[in-house]
Amino acid sequence: MTPLHKLSTKFSSPPTPSLNSNARCQWFAAAALVATTLAITSAAAEPLKISDFTLKNGLELVVIPDHRAPVVTHMIWYKVGSADETPGISGLAHFLEHLMFKGTAKNPTGHFSRVVATIGGQENAFTSNDYTAFYQRVPSEQLKTVMEFEADRMSGLQLTDAVVLPERNVILEEWNQRVGNNPRARLGEQIDAALFLNHPYGRPVIGWRQEMEQLNRDEALDFYRRFYGPNGAVVVIAGDVEPEQALKFAEETYGTAKRNDLIKPRHRPQEPPPVAVRSLTLADARVEQPFLQRTYLVPSFGTAQKGESEALEVLAHVLGSGSSSRLYRTLAVDKPVAVMAAAGYDSSALDMSKFTVYGSPRPGVALPQFEAEIDAVIADVIAKGVSADELERAKSRLIADATYAQDNQATMARWYGAALMTGASVQDVQRWPDRIRAVTAEQVQDAARKWLDKRRSVTGYLIKDTSPQVEKRS
Amino acid sequence: MSRLIGLLVAAACAAVSAAPASAMTIEKIVSPSGIAAWLVREQTVPLITLNYAFHGGSSQDPAGKSGTANLTADMLDEGAGDIDSKTFHERMENHGIELGFQVGRDEFHGSLRALNEHRDEAFELLRLALTAPRFDADAVERVRGQELSSLKRDTTNPNNIASNEWWAAAFPGHPYGLESKGTLETVPRIAADDMRDYVRRVFARNELTISVVGDVDAKTAGELIDRTFGALPAQNDLKPVANATPRGMGRRIVINLDVPQAVVNFGGLGLARNDPDFMAGYIVNHILGGGSFSSRLYREVREKRGLAYGVTDSLVWFKRAAVVLGGTATQADRTADALTIIEAETKRMAEEGPTPEELVAAKSFLKGSYALSLDTSAKIAAQLTQIQLDNLGIDYIQRRGALIDAVTIEDAKRVAKRLYSGGMLVTVAGRPKGLASTGTQ
Repeated sequence: MTPLHKLSTKFSSPPTPSLNSNARCQWFAAAALVATTLAITSAAAEPLKISDFTLKNGLELVVIPDHRAPVVTHMIWYKVGSADETPGISGLAHFLEHLMFKGTAKNPTGHFSRVVATIGGQENAFTSNDYTAFYQRVPSEQLKTVMEFEADRMSGLQLTDAVVLPERNVILEEWNQRVGNNPRARLGEQIDAALFLNHPYGRPVIGWRQEMEQLNRDEALDFYRRFYGPNGAVVVIAGDVEPEQALKFAEETYGTAKRNDLIKPRHRPQEPPPVAVRSLTLADARVEQPFLQRTYLVPSFGTAQKGESEALEVLAHVLGSGSSSRLYRTLAVDKPVAVMAAAGYDSSALDMSKFTVYGSPRPGVALPQFEAEIDAVIADVIAKGVSADELERAKSRLIADATYAQDNQATMARWYGAALMTGASVQDVQRWPDRIRAVTAEQVQDAARKWLDKRRSVTGYLIKDTSPQVEKRS
Repeated sequence: MSRLIGLLVAAACAAVSAAPASAMTIEKIVSPSGIAAWLVREQTVPLITLNYAFHGGSSQDPAGKSGTANLTADMLDEGAGDIDSKTFHERMENHGIELGFQVGRDEFHGSLRALNEHRDEAFELLRLALTAPRFDADAVERVRGQELSSLKRDTTNPNNIASNEWWAAAFPGHPYGLESKGTLETVPRIAADDMRDYVRRVFARNELTISVVGDVDAKTAGELIDRTFGALPAQNDLKPVANATPRGMGRRIVINLDVPQAVVNFGGLGLARNDPDFMAGYIVNHILGGGSFSSRLYREVREKRGLAYGVTDSLVWFKRAAVVLGGTATQADRTADALTIIEAETKRMAEEGPTPEELVAAKSFLKGSYALSLDTSAKIAAQLTQIQLDNLGIDYIQRRGALIDAVTIEDAKRVAKRLYSGGMLVTVAGRPKGLASTGTQ
C-alpha cells in the first residue's frame, strides 16, 4: 500500500522519511524502495494465508508464511514516531531507536547484537513519522531467541550517560550525512515544514539539529515509558514458521509483558484546509543541477474516502512512474525541457499524506519555465483524464509488483508492518490488488482534479548559491 | 556515505555470503545450441528471474571515452529492432517486465524478472535489447543528458569525490582507476558507433554466465536461452587488461570541499578470489570492519566515541587486481581522531590478529548468515552468477561451511599480517581539521 517510487539509474527520488539506525544496512531500505508496491494475491498467485492474532496484553501478531528458505524475518513495530514528539524535543523518537541497542538489566550493552551476529543474523531498526521498528533476520530455529531479547527490551531498557552521549554524537553524524551533506534532503525538510502548518509531520524525523544537540537520557527514558509496551506494538514474522508455533513463542515471550496504560490513541493537531499557494527557494553552493519538487497535501489510505487512495496510487503511476509516464514522456522526451521528471504518492500515513512531483530541467531551462511545463502536464490530466492504455498499464504494473513482493519475505514483513501502523488492517492489505483493479479512469481524473490543486501545495526550487562564499573552517 | 557503503556492501555480499539454503538444488543445464547455465527450480511464486554476465565491463571502454559501457547499458531499453524507445518501454510496463543492465569493471551484468504469464514477451524484449539495440540519436542525447546531469551533481558530492580519487590514485593509468560512469569530459565524446562497437565486442556466447531461478524446467529454460542469446557472436573480442597492484600506500589525499562532514576512504592490497588465503582474509576483515554491529572498527569508532554514523571495511576483487577498502564519514574537527583510530586498529589487527573468540564468532556469523542471502529468487540468481564468475564450482554452496571451518587461528593471524601490513591509501573529501595531503605517488 506504499507505492514508493521505483529507483533506477534514470530517476532519482526525493529522500524518504524513514531512517535506519545504521549505515551498513542501507541495502535493506534500498531493497524495500525498489520493490515499489506490494500485495498479496494476483491473478496467477495463490492467496497467501496470513494469520493475525492479538495477545491478552494487547500485542498484535501477524504471521506471513514463506517456507522456501530456513530463515525468518522478525519485526516489532511500535506505534510511535517523530509526529508523537513534544514540540521542542524533535528527533527524540529516532534517538530512542538508537538507544534501544544499549542494553537492559538482563542483557547488557551489546549482548543482543553479539548474539544476533554469532547466529549469523542481520538486525537493524528504523523510524518514521508514525512508527519505530526493530528487526532481525535469523535462521528459523533462532526465532524464539530473538523474540526473548526483543521482549526484554520492550520494558527493560537501561541507559547511562556513558552510552547516551556518544550515541548523540552518532545521530549528529547521521544528520551530517543525510541532511548536512545533501542539498536535496535540506530542500525536502523545508518543503515539509512549509506544507504542514499545524501537523507535526512538518518536523524532520531526524529532528532539527539544534534540538538534537540537547537530547538527553531522561527525555529518552520518559518517551520510552510513555510509548513502548505490548499494547502499542505489532509483531510481524515472515518466513519459515508455522502460525501456531509463532503464537506460542509470542505468548511465552511478549505475552508476559504488562500492558502500558500510558499508551493512548494518537491524536495529533490536524491541518486546516490549505488555502495558499506556497513556494520557496533554497540556494546552496554545492548545487550543480537545479531541481524542483512540489508536494501536495493529500489523503492517506487511512484518511481517504473509499477508493480515493487507490486512485491516487494509479494517478502517481500514470503521471510520474517510469519512462512511459506523462511527465517523463512529455517533458524529457517530447518537448524536451527536462533531464528527468517523476511523481510519487505514499498512502501509508496515520494522518494526511503527500503526493510529490519532482524533476530536473535541462541546461538552459529556467525553473519557472520548467514549473510551468509541469503545471501544463498536470492541467492536461485534470482536463482530459487518462487513457484506457495508461490506466491498464499502471494497474498491471502495480498488481505485478504484488507478486514480486511475495518473493521477498523482508519486503512482505515491512509492508504489513507499515500498513498496520498507519490505520490499515491485514484484510486491507490482502485486498490491495483487487482495490487497484477496481480503479476507474474517472476516479483517477477526479483525484487529480480534487487533490492536485496548487493551493494544497508547496513548490521548492533548489538552485546554486552563487554569492561569494565565506571561507569556513570548523 | 550511503553510496559508498552501498557499493562496499554489495561487493562484500556478492561473494561471501554464498551459502546453502539446504533445500535448494542447482542444476547445470546446456541449451540445444550449447550455452551453459545454472538453474534453480522454484515453484512457489509464479515468476522467473534471469541473471547473466558478459566478460568485459567498463575496462573495455575506448581510450578517452570512459563511460561507454555505462551509457550502452542505459541505452539498451531505449529501442531495439523495429521498436522505438516509447514502444519498448510500453511493452515492458504493460506486463510489469523488468530488465536491468549494470556495468562493473570486469563484467556487464543483466537481469530480467517477469511473471510466468509474460515470460515469452520478456525474453523477446531482452533478445532485441542485446542483439539489435538502435541507439537512436534523440534517445542517445536524452540519456547522455541524464548521465551528465548526474556527473555534474557528483562534482560536489563528497562520497563520489573521495571514492573517485581513491581509485584514481590506486590505479593510475589502468582502467580500474577510471570511473565506470565516465567523466564530464569523456561522456560527451561517446558516439553511437562506440556503443555499437562495445556491443559487438562484448556481447558474445563465449564467457557468458547465466543463472535462472523460477518455475521453469530445464528444457524450457534451454529454449529460452537459445532464443535470447543464440544469435550473439560465438566469440567476444576483448582488449587485454593488465594485472595491477594498487599504488599509493602510505599516501593521504585531502580534497577540499565545503561540507559539514568529511568523507574518508581507506584501503590497501587485497586478496584475489582464488588466493588460498581468501577465506581467512574474509573472516579477518569481517572481524575488523565487516558487516555486523560487532566489528572492531564499529565498536571503536561509533559505539565508544560516536565519531561516525557508519564505518566499514570490505574485500573487493576484480580479475586483475584486489583491494581491501573501507569508508567512514565524520565531522571536520574529529576526522583526524577517527583516522587515527582506524589506523591503530588496522595496525593492531596486522600485528596481533584476531582472538580465538573473535574467530569463532565470525565463523559462526558467516556460516549462519548464508541462508539470508539466498531467500529470494533475485538474490539466488545473482549469487549463482557470482559463484560462476568466481569459478568456485557448482558445489561451492555445500563446501563453503567447511572452507570457513578450516581456517585456523594461525591462518587468521598470518593472513591478517599479510592484509594489513602494507599501509593504506587514504582519501578525504571535506575540510578535515589538521589533516593535509601527505606522501607522493
